Amino acid sequence: MKHLNADQLALHYYGEAAQGAAEHLADCADCREEYRRMQAALEAVSELDAPERGADYGAEVWTRLRLEERSKVKRRWMGWRTLVWVPAMAAIAIAAFLAGRYWPRPDAGGAMAKAGAVRERVLMVAVGDHLDRSQVVLAELTHAPSDGGHVDISSERRTAEDLLDDNRLYRQTARTAGDGALASVLDDLERVLVEIANGPSDISARHLEELQRRIEAEGLLFKVRVVGSQVRQRERPAARHL
Amino acid sequence: MEESDSSAVSRALAGDRDAFRTLVERHSRALFRLAYRMTGNEQDAEDVVQVAFLRAWRDLRNYESRSSFGTWLHRIAANYSLDLIRQKKSRDRGRMVNHREDGDILDRVAASAPGQERLVFSGRVRETVEAALQTLTAQERTAFVLRHFEGLSIHEIGASLGTGTNATKHSVFRAVQKLRQALEPMMSGAR
Repeated sequence: MKHLNADQLALHYYGEAAQGAAEHLADCADCREEYRRMQAALEAVSELDAPERGADYGAEVWTRLRLEERSKVKRRWMGWRTLVWVPAMAAIAIAAFLAGRYWPRPDAGGAMAKAGAVRERVLMVAVGDHLDRSQVVLAELTHAPSDGGHVDISSERRTAEDLLDDNRLYRQTARTAGDGALASVLDDLERVLVEIANGPSDISARHLEELQRRIEAEGLLFKVRVVGSQVRQRERPAARHL
Repeated sequence: MEESDSSAVSRALAGDRDAFRTLVERHSRALFRLAYRMTGNEQDAEDVVQVAFLRAWRDLRNYESRSSFGTWLHRIAANYSLDLIRQKKSRDRGRMVNHREDGDILDRVAASAPGQERLVFSGRVRETVEAALQTLTAQERTAFVLRHFEGLSIHEIGASLGTGTNATKHSVFRAVQKLRQALEPMMSGAR
């Protein structure tokens, strides 16, 4: 009797074998042993779990999608107005933060703590939003297909231009406030944003790959994600004081 | 009572974003698990989830209710993962050439694996499985994950990836063979 080969055993394992395979296995000890070994290996593969995501993971994904959509709509409809309003809002957030931090107030205690919490939250929300938008640009570039020809990155380039001024303001503020970790990531981010914003909209596959390598080598996407998530954490306790 | 996917899709098609939100919240965790198994990396998996939903929103009008929304969404994620793995492999090829050829990682892990029962389902097996999955080509890994973890038939996988039944079948066979080569020494040692 002809034995089942490895492919037929795999098909049997997945319930797609041709008729007769099950009968053969029932009758043939050699094939049963071979099948058992394959089954053990594949069952070990099944043990590979993905990291667990919490119950609110869907809501987090939705928030990121809304930010992405918002940044696209903004680019489409606001045009030049973005250049004025976004830095202006960033400046207001920073000014509020710095004023609260360095301007002595006659009143103390609860009211001051509350005002501080509001300022902290305003800044953290603005920086968190900024990091989320930056993350989207970096992710788009990191995964942009380069099929050997030229790649249109005009959309990412426009967003990088939008983000650049805000980034400078946030970086300076973080430095002034003594938040070295945030300042350092914003510093790294700024160098890449400058390169994207000042580069051409249509780049060669090689140029794209260099850019991707650089983002990857510096672990920039990962750093922005980590700091973004820390900033989001800082938004929450601050928000509880409101 | 919980709204069905098809009802949420109809509302989303009528422009109701909250309906799409329902779908995102419902399917994100499963999609992440699929993306992680495809890419083997949390960051990439997060990107796959995000891109899959953005593409689903963009292409919702093309969704045909012959398959479930979840299946359609997973197909989008699988195709994007396939592109992503191919890109990464091609980018890594130059860097890795001096470090390994296919099988080297497996050989190292398998050769150094002590054969005891207590290790069978431990971190060492996991490490070997992960290393073995890394040696699969993008096509093999995608086809294997869809068959093994998602339970899609070979015919369905071929249709989803546009690769045809025969090519898909061979991708699954090669994947199974490589995984067996990597894991069987540990499995037999554990007996």
